[in-house]
This record gives sequence, C-alpha cells and structure tokens, in this order.
Amino acid sequence: MKFTWFNLMPWPHLPADFREKNKSVWVDIDSKLYDPVKGHDVYNDYLDMLEYADSLGYDGLGINEHHQNAYGMMPSPNIMAAAISRRALNAAVVVLGNSLGLYNPPTRVAEEFAMLDVITGGRLVAGFPVGSSMDINYCYGDIPALSRERYQEAHDLIKRAWADPEPFAWNGRYTKLRYVNTWPKPIQNPPPIHVPGGGSVETYDFCLDNTYSYSYLSFSGYIRAKALLQGYWDRLTERNEPDESPYRAGFAQTICVAATDAEAEKLYKDHVSYFFNRCLHVAPGFADAPGYRTIKTIKSGALSQFTPDLGEAAHMPWKQLIDEGYVIAGSPATVREKMEDLIKGLRVGNIFCLIHVGDMPIEKTRYSTKLFAEEVMPHLRNMWPEYEDDNRFWIDPIDKRATPGPISERKTAGEA
Amino acid sequence: METTAMDLRTFKTPKADIHLIEGGSGPDLLFLHGAGGITKEDPFLAALAEKYHVYAPLLPGYGDSEESTEIRTMLDFTLHAHDTLMALGLDKPIVVGHSMGGMIAAELAAIAPNDIDKLCLIASAGLWLDDHPIPDVFATMPYELPELLFHDPEAGGAMMTAGADFSDPEFLTAFLIQNARQLGMAGKILFPVPDRGLSERLYRVKAKTVLVWGESDKLIGMPYGEAFNQAIAGSELVKVPEAGHMIIIEQTAAVLAAIAKLG
Repeated sequence: MKFTWFNLMPWPHLPADFREKNKSVWVDIDSKLYDPVKGHDVYNDYLDMLEYADSLGYDGLGINEHHQNAYGMMPSPNIMAAAISRRALNAAVVVLGNSLGLYNPPTRVAEEFAMLDVITGGRLVAGFPVGSSMDINYCYGDIPALSRERYQEAHDLIKRAWADPEPFAWNGRYTKLRYVNTWPKPIQNPPPIHVPGGGSVETYDFCLDNTYSYSYLSFSGYIRAKALLQGYWDRLTERNEPDESPYRAGFAQTICVAATDAEAEKLYKDHVSYFFNRCLHVAPGFADAPGYRTIKTIKSGALSQFTPDLGEAAHMPWKQLIDEGYVIAGSPATVREKMEDLIKGLRVGNIFCLIHVGDMPIEKTRYSTKLFAEEVMPHLRNMWPEYEDDNRFWIDPIDKRATPGPISERKTAGEA
Repeated sequence: METTAMDLRTFKTPKADIHLIEGGSGPDLLFLHGAGGITKEDPFLAALAEKYHVYAPLLPGYGDSEESTEIRTMLDFTLHAHDTLMALGLDKPIVVGHSMGGMIAAELAAIAPNDIDKLCLIASAGLWLDDHPIPDVFATMPYELPELLFHDPEAGGAMMTAGADFSDPEFLTAFLIQNARQLGMAGKILFPVPDRGLSERLYRVKAKTVLVWGESDKLIGMPYGEAFNQAIAGSELVKVPEAGHMIIIEQTAAVLAAIAKLG
C-alpha cells in the first residue's frame, strides 16, 4: 500500500453563515473573504504539515490544482511542490496534478515536472488531470466541448517532449511550436503518472491504454465510491488486461484518528462540518459546463461529483457522515478496520489521506497524522502481498540524493 | 388558425448530416436558430411558412442530429452555414438568424457579402460590450432561464417546461444528453464570452439589414441592437415593446412585419 498525505489547502476563515450568504465557494467567491496576511500563516502551516507527514514515513505528499476556490488554494501546485522539495526529503511529491490543457504551451508542464523530478532526485508522481469544469471552463475559459481534445493533444506533446532526444516541430491544432526541446529532462522518464477522474468512461480507457493509475478524488467517501470504481475494474476485465493490480487505482478518503471514537468526534466534528458545510458549497450552475462531459459518460449515469450528494452532506450529523462513509474516524482500531474495508472493497493500492480537514488547526492535524502513521498505516502495509513488486505506478528515486546544505549565517525571517 | 405543417428531412454537407425543418411557400428564407434550438412544431416557423418557403437547418448536435467534432471554430461554423446554403441550392435567400443564429448569419453575410443581400438579425449574439455584460447562460440553471429569456417569465416558463418531468430519471438523462449536445456545440462559439471578432468584420456586410430587438431583452439587451445598427451600413433597428430575448415567440407578428421590410 502507498499512503499519500494529501492537503487540499482550504481557507480556514470562512464565516459561519457562509453557505447562507454566499452563492459559491468556487469561481465567483467573494474575494473580500481572503486576507493575504492571514494567508501567510495558512500557507506556512500547510507546508509544515506536509513536511511533518514526510518525517512520519508517509509514502507521498499530495497537492493539487484549483482556481478561484476557497477550499483549494493551490492555483499553482508546482510552487507548493517546489516549496516542500527541500525539506521533505523522502516521500514522493505527488502533484495531482497539472490540468494539462490549461498550460500554454503545455511544454510548460513537461519543463516544470522535469524540474521537480530533478530537484527531488526522482520523487515526482505526475498527475495528469483534465481538470474540473469549474477550474478549466468557468475559471480558465477553456471551451467545454473542446477540452478533451485539447487535453489529449497536450498529453501527447508532453510525453514526446520528455521522450524525444532530438528537438522536434509540433504542428498541433491547439499548439504550434517550431522547436520543442525540453531542458531539463526528468530523472524518471517518464515519472509515474496518475490521472484523477470522476467516472468518465474515456478516462478509464485512457489509464488502461497508457498504464496510468486511475485516482478517484471523491469527497463522499468509500461506500458511495464503490459503484464508480467497480466500473473501472469491470472495464479492465472487459478489455482482458493482463493484471488487476490494485496499484492501478487510488482513492481519496477523509480520515480522522484519535485515542477513542468519542474523542475523534469531540476533536474533529466541527472541522469536518466546516468542510462539508462551507467548503463544498458550490453553485450548481458551475458544476458541469454543457459539453464538458461526453455523451457516453452522461449516458453511463455519472453525474457531477457536486450534485446532488454533497449538498445533502452539508447538514449531516456526525454519526451519519461516519455510517455512510464520508468520513472514516475513530480510534486507531476503528480506523484500521474501516480502512481495510475501503482497501479491499474498492481494490485500491493508493490512498490519498485527507487528514487535514476544513479549518482543522495544526496541532490537531499533527495528532491525527501521527496516530494514523504509527497505529494504522503499519497494519495496512501488506494488504496486497501478491503485488508488492508492482513498481509501475510509484517513484523510483536515485540512491544518492542531495540534502540541503548549511546556510552559514542563517537568520530568522525578518531579522536584519 | 390553421398553420402550415413543417417537414423534417436530412441532407448532407461536407462536414455533417443536417436535419432540416422545411415548409411553406413564397420567397426562400433561411432561418438559423438560437442556442436553445428549434423544433418542427415551433409556432414561429409555422408563422414564417405562411409567407415564405422556410429552410431551418439544425446545427449538428441539435434535435436528434449527431454532433460534429469537426466544426470547432467560428470560421468552421460560418463555412458550414455557407455549405448548407450551397447544398440546398439556395440563391440569395432572405437570411434570418435569432440569437446564436444571428451571430452565424452576420458572420455569413460578412464573409460572403455577394451571396447575402437580405439579412434579418433578431436579438443577435456576436458582440460584447464591457458596459453591458451578457449573463452567463452556461452557468444558469434551467429554472432560472425564463427570467432571462422572456418579457413575461411566467408564461414563458410554463411553455418551456410543458411536458417536462425532471423527477423521472430517464427524462433527466435525456435532457442532460440533449443539453450537453446542443449547448456543448453552442459553447464552441459562445463560451466563455460570445464574441469571436465579428465587430471587426461587420464592415463587409452589404446586405439590406433589419435588426429586431425586444425592449425587455435581459440576455442581449438593446445596447447590442444599437451596436449592430451602428456597425452595419444602412441597417434599420426595429424596437419591439413587451418582448424579451424570445421575441420570436412573444411578438411573432412584429418580427414578421420587420422581416417584411426586406421586401
């Protein structure tokens, strides 16, 4: 099993009546709710949390890309990846990812991912999402019915930019370049590639065609995810793929660990509620631009992840959030047992652990993070012994990696 | 009142199989529909057919027709409209476009000025005025549309939802599929801002042009009618009271009277 400590980086200062007084947390959210000075502490706390997770032995540190979004404050995930690269020295840097079609030219992704892979000594997991409709269509103006074609072309260009040792010309529909000659090249060539998806049939096939890991980044938990991931495994069977390695799939789950079940509720309930009530308040009009989903996907019954389940979760009591699997919370024993159900039930080798939730402060986050690392993770490590040699979907770092050198006259920030 | 029955047939253009609504007798009239699409039962088409031989081709992806992945850019849309004109063998028909159809009709008249000599643009898309931003129909829920589209939202809304049952999953899926097909296609020229540079090409229009606008159009307001009127030489702007963006339904007779000015 591979456990990635994943932080969405939500804004923790949304008012209590946010849901009632605001249309949406995303796209056209009131920018007056943001305070850059508070933001300084928020970013630094979040980076500390990621680096702390590295020190506890998590396999990966996860970040992602959202725009104009108060629950995901990483419009540039590569900046965050770079920021942790010199203090988090062991875990994979899992960037889930860069929305390929938004980078102009897309060779920017080839360059920045190569830089990250080289800086980290081959520890990059490269995420290749299409991107949510809110991000790519409503915030970045990408034309919905053309998004997938643009994505596919960007993908092909990036892969060739890494692979081709010679400069080449690219005459695409969306990008035209006379000289593609990416410098630097990644150490892992290519890095392991994970593709976040939300139930598109095309994305299942894309992952299987290219041997990419399929990641379902849902917020509604492992019980509701079953049908979707089953669709992926059914597709794999239908295509007669040579193996059904669980590392072909990953899943994001909100997890809260405490000494006892009762303590988990007491410590984390309000922060979980903050997330489901305030952070996931997305205007339905922004959920799914017409043309973003293919006809084939709509026919398969996959509706947007933002309708209608998560609206219901906004006011769910703690017990129901637990019972219905939105959140796995409790003592290490409780969490262990449910994680086993999740891992077996969904058949996943990669877990993206959403341990920082909503407006959870750093001390509580550390507590939960440490308990999971020390009292849950070790028991789940070997759940797929028959696939322990499957290294296709994880990093292959170089052995002799640099450690940051000393700074001779280090000062605290702000001192003269 | 007895109305002229319209036929639905298909024909081929180089890029797509086109579903065509056709009927009526009189001078040839090519009608290009808006982003909401049109059906052969549409009362506006029936009214047109009283006076004209109406050709109303559906944009690929509309109605039951297949979407075209090859039609992507404004130039593709415009040339496709010209292909349609040629495939139908029409010689200088009256060209009428509503909303998105107006945008395509105006582009057609600009790109092929010698082929179009009578043009009617009804509540047309295609321009953008910073002082009068057009509401984002792509982020508008279906139940919010009547307010934007009609002078009388209550009556308009009742008409839009007649026969719709959103609690029926099958109906909902069919609705979502049609929406994705139709608005997905429309989005290629309307998303995220419905301007593909038409203002730079309108000087080429040579057609006698009538512009028809509802005085209570809340989607593409009267300033757009004025802007088209300024940009097209010798055009006439007809302002119609008690009409919203769906003026073709709300004030059909006034629209027909405006088209009649083209002779």
